[in-house]
Amino acid sequence: MMSATSSSAKSRPLPFVEEVQITGHIIDSLILPKVLDLITAGGGSFKIKKITIGHSRSDPSFALVEVRAASVEALRQILGQIGDHGAVPTALQDCQLTAADIPGAFPEGFYSSTNQRTEVRLGGQWVEVASQEMDCGVAVDLELRTARCVAMSDVVAGTQFVIGHGGVRVFPPELLAERQPFEFMGSSVSTEKPKGVAIRQIAHELFKNRQGGGKTLLVGGPAIVHTGSGEHLCRLIRGGYVDRLFAGNALAAHDIEQALFGTSLGVHLDRGDLAEAGHEHHLRAINRMRRIGGIRKAVESGVLRSGIFYECVRNDVDFLLAGSIRDDGPLGEVITDVLEAQRQMRDRIEGITFCLMIATTLHSIAVGNLLPAWVTVVCVDINPSTVIKLSDRGSFQTIGLVTDVEPFLRALVSELEALERTA
Amino acid sequence: MNAPEERKPARSTAAFDFTSRQPRILMCPPDHYGILYEINPWMSRQKQADPALVASQWESLRRLIEQVGARVLLLDAVSGLPDLVFTANAAMIYRDRAVLARFRYPERQGEEACDEAWLTASGFTVDKLPVGVYFEGAGDALFCGDTLFAGYRIRSDVAGHQQIGVMFSCRVIPLELVDPYYYHLDTCFCPLSPGMAIYYPGAFDDYGRRALAESVEELIAVSSNEARRFACNAVVVGRSVITNTECPELHRALEARGFSTFETPLGEFVKAGGSAKCLTLRLDGEDAAAWRG
Repeated sequence: MMSATSSSAKSRPLPFVEEVQITGHIIDSLILPKVLDLITAGGGSFKIKKITIGHSRSDPSFALVEVRAASVEALRQILGQIGDHGAVPTALQDCQLTAADIPGAFPEGFYSSTNQRTEVRLGGQWVEVASQEMDCGVAVDLELRTARCVAMSDVVAGTQFVIGHGGVRVFPPELLAERQPFEFMGSSVSTEKPKGVAIRQIAHELFKNRQGGGKTLLVGGPAIVHTGSGEHLCRLIRGGYVDRLFAGNALAAHDIEQALFGTSLGVHLDRGDLAEAGHEHHLRAINRMRRIGGIRKAVESGVLRSGIFYECVRNDVDFLLAGSIRDDGPLGEVITDVLEAQRQMRDRIEGITFCLMIATTLHSIAVGNLLPAWVTVVCVDINPSTVIKLSDRGSFQTIGLVTDVEPFLRALVSELEALERTA
Repeated sequence: MNAPEERKPARSTAAFDFTSRQPRILMCPPDHYGILYEINPWMSRQKQADPALVASQWESLRRLIEQVGARVLLLDAVSGLPDLVFTANAAMIYRDRAVLARFRYPERQGEEACDEAWLTASGFTVDKLPVGVYFEGAGDALFCGDTLFAGYRIRSDVAGHQQIGVMFSCRVIPLELVDPYYYHLDTCFCPLSPGMAIYYPGAFDDYGRRALAESVEELIAVSSNEARRFACNAVVVGRSVITNTECPELHRALEARGFSTFETPLGEFVKAGGSAKCLTLRLDGEDAAAWRG
């Protein structure tokens, strides 16, 4: 008889959806099974999202049911039918809008977005919010009937913004279906789980993403270079596993330092000892890049002949460097206006399907804030708090791995190479 | 011995005595009754009611009701409101509260003010459902035990019944009516006592029949022939049951269970889709209602 989800909902969900609620003695009267049967008979599918059964005979029960159908018309027909039996849509109103009165700030009472797929109701129709990002406002263009997330600093006066929660609905990601590859990890941050299995799974995901035409973003910190794992990352880039690279001044500075001087923060990476006046190397590296006119020119002129950024230029990997207050130099490519950096990052995460964050707290959180919840995020850091911080700030889709960068990248490269051999 | 003086039904709107145990029934004389419009499959302006026959059939029913021990109170007939005679639809009664009808068809909506005036003057607290929620009184809301059985889809809305359930903290079993000839629940379901009811299975879908079977201990099914004679549209006063004529199978079934059965011709009212029960509103609570005690 009744099941929590209709069979068709278990496979690919039908695209048009409305949430309905039914209250009353819906179990004894068989109203609930009748409504569910009507949904199925109408070609739709359902999912019972919440059900409360009355304790005593006189207590009413309550069910919240997600109804899906293949077309707007099919959904309308189903809703019409089940409406006669008391199943009423939970959202009966359009979202409320108010024009921004000043630039750079939302109107009071603005709807604050999440990173989950969101729709707003305009003229009785649900419209998907574009550029989904947490902690933004939702701007609506009534003429074009579109909605998109807009950051506070980008608010233009006169733009219509969604106010309150009425006429807004949020779809949490189907965790189970999307997490299956990592299900074994149980907790999102694992310090005591077998790393080998996790890395194999990450390699699989990365491989699958490349094969399927997905786009991978790598967010990295300078520890990649300090720990001597630069070459592993170079191999990932050469293998086509990195489409975009976001980092700060430090990763690039130390990568170039290593390429030019063989040191990272003045330490010989092959020997582990300090070079004489080695502490100046990174500054000299930055200075040389600034004199030449940038990393790209340094590669083209043959000054820069190895390293992560050399590979980025050679393999056409789009990179973005965002600055911070303690940066030396910085390199000419570094965007020192943080709001401008955010804007450019926002533009350049478009189409990203997989994100690997390695050894950077600041940039990981910054990118985590921008990514929609349906992008798989793998965060690798020696410090568990980086992964925890990421999750706590709402990027709950993050899969965390607490480990040293070098063995992680080494194992990842070797797993990928094994996959390529068998593919 | 003198012939008993004919008792005049109370036409006044004196305060209703809520402490009295006497069964009391509201009726409306058929002074302005007729088939003036068609809002159910029974009605046809081509098949007009005979005024003399209407008057005598109504009067016979009234007498029979009084004969079985109920007191009849009267609602004044109003010109232009032919169906005001069907007082069952005026409201649903729960103790001293009356949930006023909100008629689906404009033709009957004028009755609401008359019903409200009478109920208010009699001391009932009148509750109204929100505008746009249709509800046709005891025609679609009948207690059997502690449960309110509520017909919906054709005349009343399921939403109204749920609200009544919340108002009175009672269990409500909505029953979809699927046959337009049985457009009110009281045309196809009649509680006799807590746990026992008459019903016509063909007026419900499978869900409704299963819900009834689960919720009522003893269901007496009537045949389609007798259902068409409005067998389910019965007036129950204690252990007495009054129906239209030609419902012999039902009468036998009731007598086998210890009920006294009475029949009286009501063909002129069947022309409008009503019969005994439709012509009455039990003001002190139906015998089958557990709350009546």
